[in-house]
Amino acid sequence: MSTQTSNDRPNAAPPLIFELGQEGRANRYVEEGRPLDQFLPTSLLRDELPLPDNSELEVVRHFTKLSQRTFGIDLGFYPLGSCTMKYNPRVNDAMASKREFAQLHPYTPDEHAQGALQVMYELERSLSSLFGMAAFSLNPSAGAHAELAALLIAKKYFKDRGESHRDKVIVPDTAHGTNPASAAMCGFKVISLPSDERGRVSVEEIKKVVGPDTAVCMMTNPNTLGLFEDHIHEIAAAVHEVGGLMYYDGANANAIMGNVRPGDMGFDLMHLNLHKTFTIPHGGGGAGHGPVGVAAHLVDYLPTPYVRATPAKADATASNGRPLAPSDAMTYELDFDRPKSIGPMRSFWSNFAHAVRALAYIYANGADGLKKVSQLAVLNANYVRVKVADFLETPYPEICRHEFVASAQDLKKATGVKALDIAKALLDHGMMAPTMYFPLIVPECLMIEPTETESKETLDHFVEVLREIVETARKEPETIMAAPVKTVVGRVDETRAARQPDLKWEPASA
Amino acid sequence: MYTPHTQADIRAMLDAIGVGSLDELLAVPDAVALKAELDIVPALPEYQIARRFEHFAAKNAGVDFVSFLGAGAYRHYAPPAIATLAMRGEFLTAYTPYQAEVSQGYLQAIYEWQSYICLLTGMDMANASVYDGATALAEGTIMAINANGRKKVLVSRAVDPNYRAVLKTYCDGLDIAIDEIAIAADGTTDLAALKAAVASKEYAAVALQTPNFFGNIDTLDADALAAVRESSTVPIAVVSEAISLAALATPASWGAEIVVGEAQSFGVALAYGGPYVGFIAATKEHMRRIPGRLVGKSVDNDGRTAYVLTLQAREQHIRRERATSNICTNQAHCALIATIYLALMGKTGLRDVAALNLARSRELATSVSAIAGVDLKFTAPFFNEIVVDVHQNADDVLAKLRERKILGGVALGRFYPELSTCILMNATELTSTGDIEALATALSEVVHVHANV
Amino acid sequence: MAQPADLLYSKEHEWVKIEGETALVGITDYAQNSLGDIVYVELPRVGKQIDQFGNVGVVESVKAVSDLFTPIGGEVVEINGALENDPAAVNRDPYGAGWLFKVKLTNAGETGNLLSAADYEKIATE
Repeated sequence: MSTQTSNDRPNAAPPLIFELGQEGRANRYVEEGRPLDQFLPTSLLRDELPLPDNSELEVVRHFTKLSQRTFGIDLGFYPLGSCTMKYNPRVNDAMASKREFAQLHPYTPDEHAQGALQVMYELERSLSSLFGMAAFSLNPSAGAHAELAALLIAKKYFKDRGESHRDKVIVPDTAHGTNPASAAMCGFKVISLPSDERGRVSVEEIKKVVGPDTAVCMMTNPNTLGLFEDHIHEIAAAVHEVGGLMYYDGANANAIMGNVRPGDMGFDLMHLNLHKTFTIPHGGGGAGHGPVGVAAHLVDYLPTPYVRATPAKADATASNGRPLAPSDAMTYELDFDRPKSIGPMRSFWSNFAHAVRALAYIYANGADGLKKVSQLAVLNANYVRVKVADFLETPYPEICRHEFVASAQDLKKATGVKALDIAKALLDHGMMAPTMYFPLIVPECLMIEPTETESKETLDHFVEVLREIVETARKEPETIMAAPVKTVVGRVDETRAARQPDLKWEPASA
Repeated sequence: MYTPHTQADIRAMLDAIGVGSLDELLAVPDAVALKAELDIVPALPEYQIARRFEHFAAKNAGVDFVSFLGAGAYRHYAPPAIATLAMRGEFLTAYTPYQAEVSQGYLQAIYEWQSYICLLTGMDMANASVYDGATALAEGTIMAINANGRKKVLVSRAVDPNYRAVLKTYCDGLDIAIDEIAIAADGTTDLAALKAAVASKEYAAVALQTPNFFGNIDTLDADALAAVRESSTVPIAVVSEAISLAALATPASWGAEIVVGEAQSFGVALAYGGPYVGFIAATKEHMRRIPGRLVGKSVDNDGRTAYVLTLQAREQHIRRERATSNICTNQAHCALIATIYLALMGKTGLRDVAALNLARSRELATSVSAIAGVDLKFTAPFFNEIVVDVHQNADDVLAKLRERKILGGVALGRFYPELSTCILMNATELTSTGDIEALATALSEVVHVHANV
Repeated sequence: MAQPADLLYSKEHEWVKIEGETALVGITDYAQNSLGDIVYVELPRVGKQIDQFGNVGVVESVKAVSDLFTPIGGEVVEINGALENDPAAVNRDPYGAGWLFKVKLTNAGETGNLLSAADYEKIATE
């Protein structure tokens, strides 16, 4: 292990942008403007604008320094469970930043935005086929946003059927926190369902809680323990039997592509996190993209707008004589006139730039490639699982899907070293820590998702580093508890941050 | 694609796991196994992907038209330095900064974003961003509902119709009723109607947009603010053209307690509607109710300045069904872009942009209102958008302008049936005198031709 | 820390100190210790009628949040305003400076539903 001490840390935090610059050190990006009071009475104008003026070089250095104090997939292994931190192909960004996409105004009339609409249509059709849904809406902005859309759809569907008394949403105890939070935003009451000893929802348990007041059962499959819910069709049958709807949380869709479909498992509603499964860069926590998908009986309720296609002339051919894909012979429009729709979820139609990225990724893989993606994601997770089981407890020692959980509980009892300490020690080795303390049912949980884009060498290296950390923890636990020591700062005082919130810079005079 | 496995790797890994094949690894019960043929195009090599998207790009002719489209999404100059910095892989490929020790740079950038939003709006605090302006309004309204427990909200009809539609979507889920305030003849919110409505003390919040959807400056006056305060209604300001914050009196100065808005104007690409970046700012009384991530400044175990996500107990991953919102993903990368934009423009540049928007939109107003059969609909002071009445079906007029490769604006009839002869037109620093002359010429032909039919 | 013998306790780890017609309420040492560093306490509004064992607020630590149940019913007549700036008082001195709110009792008989220090000790050490 390293003998480096925390005194060797590379450099201090750069000054805030507000502490740099001089008034009048302006960059000439646009012409000089006339005084504002030539346009509006001073009563409508602000008194002062206390922002810094910085040279472009100063700004470039500032944000370059900030980037160097930030860890991304491009710098190293990122096994953050439930987040699918796979490689983000650069061709996707190149396509999304094409001028004809990046500068296209959302109110451009359909006839002059056919290319953009076609991108949305092709993505929507591909996702529908891949996941066995009748249709998707690309409207929601992220996974939690799509969850909310799905529950609003359920609420409206039951209202139209005169079944507004259905107010219970069933959520397994391994579910993501967004599930119960989304349910609460629709006025549903949450019923938490305990997992069985196999880490799954049992058919007996579900039969105990379903009834005439059941609205929706929200499931993640594979679940957040990385385990496939192998009784899913019986669970779905039990929920459908009482008239409820099944919702698929697509956070773990990277484990199932081309192998098994939510539609075939009996789900009526689902969302995808395109920023997980379809390689959209996470960008430090967004923007994401979260399409919501539905079975045939719920299509009318999807958020607006919906991209509708009608065949144009049948004999269309490309200028270079190449045969056209069927979608090239269509005319597209944004359909806002959908009376049963829950309405729009956001200002404009979709996170379109991300739709471009996701479609580019689908093109790069095709159906067979996407299936391979899931297979290799599962291969990588199981490979790491069996190796990690040598030195850490794995509470569910069976074939997992794209991720698995390990527990540091025994280690903590023996040495005092917690999952958090292991996570921090990994940071000293140039790796991101796994997700910690989730799902809530596994004590001292480390949730590891390697993703398919990592090589065997990277996985072997990770396992060796983790082994070394655990061995060091047994011999000299204080070393691990002091980690990280090589990062630009040590452990941050979160209590102080929360007790005395300092959420913004203030001018010195204030 | 993008998987590094050799056949030998796969074999060795399967052996280590103790299974015979990949199919065995992914076995599922027959009842749910995939039986359908997937309808997905075969894989393309990378150069073919590029060709395919060039084909799509060529079908977006609208991007080359002279454009006066605004209405919640604005064309502004974005210095290339923004993309150079924001597209650095460290920023682009990071996740939410849960591990503060290796995320100090991004956390500091978000802290700077929060600071910029506070300086621009005059509020005490701002969050790390939400999806966009419309969702910011919905989430900000829920903050107010949580503050006083009332089950109705009041919204001006001059708030962006898309924002109001999204608010309705959210409120339907929570069984919250929405009432709307009428628009006065000058194109601003009818404050007399507002005062009368809040007097009922039934409303959790009252939302006004400034500049409003028609481009007009639209705030509470002292009387209206007194009535709002008297009724314990939370005043919400909506800002969809963020450049206006550089020029206009801050929402704080006219009494807003919560400011919600869209920061797309700060260097974020139009991109046919997204991703954009919403913000929520508020007075400190609302601190515990603000949704989404917050970055705070603290120290590390050796006393060094360090930034960290804070007040997380408000959030869904801890509070679950009791959370202030279900939001998880925010728009960090778009917020980063906006922060870099603000740093590059600075006070001087931002003031210049605001002044140029004021100047060009006045040039546009003067030019089109000089045309026979074309009038300005409203008289209130405006920022960079105007409502133009062509006294005939606005959709027809816009279609004829498109034949001349001009996107003349947004027809208002789809949102306001009584304004079916009106067009919302926007001018920014990118609108040239030539553009305005081209529009005026075309408009005079189109409107004139129609008048003679 | 031993449980003060002059207080009554609830199974949800709150304590009550009866002072004539009013009662002082707080959380126990065991509760503050399990929550860790407390950063915020959301208390009921003064004047609010609260029912015994009802949910009246929230105690937040850095990464956990816990419902606050009142061990006794009545009208809230005072809250510990000092906690707004110093929530750490609940950690430092849960039975003293870290008290939460004061209630004017509706039904003094409700104390019969509470535990003695000795009985609570058994729950807290389980």
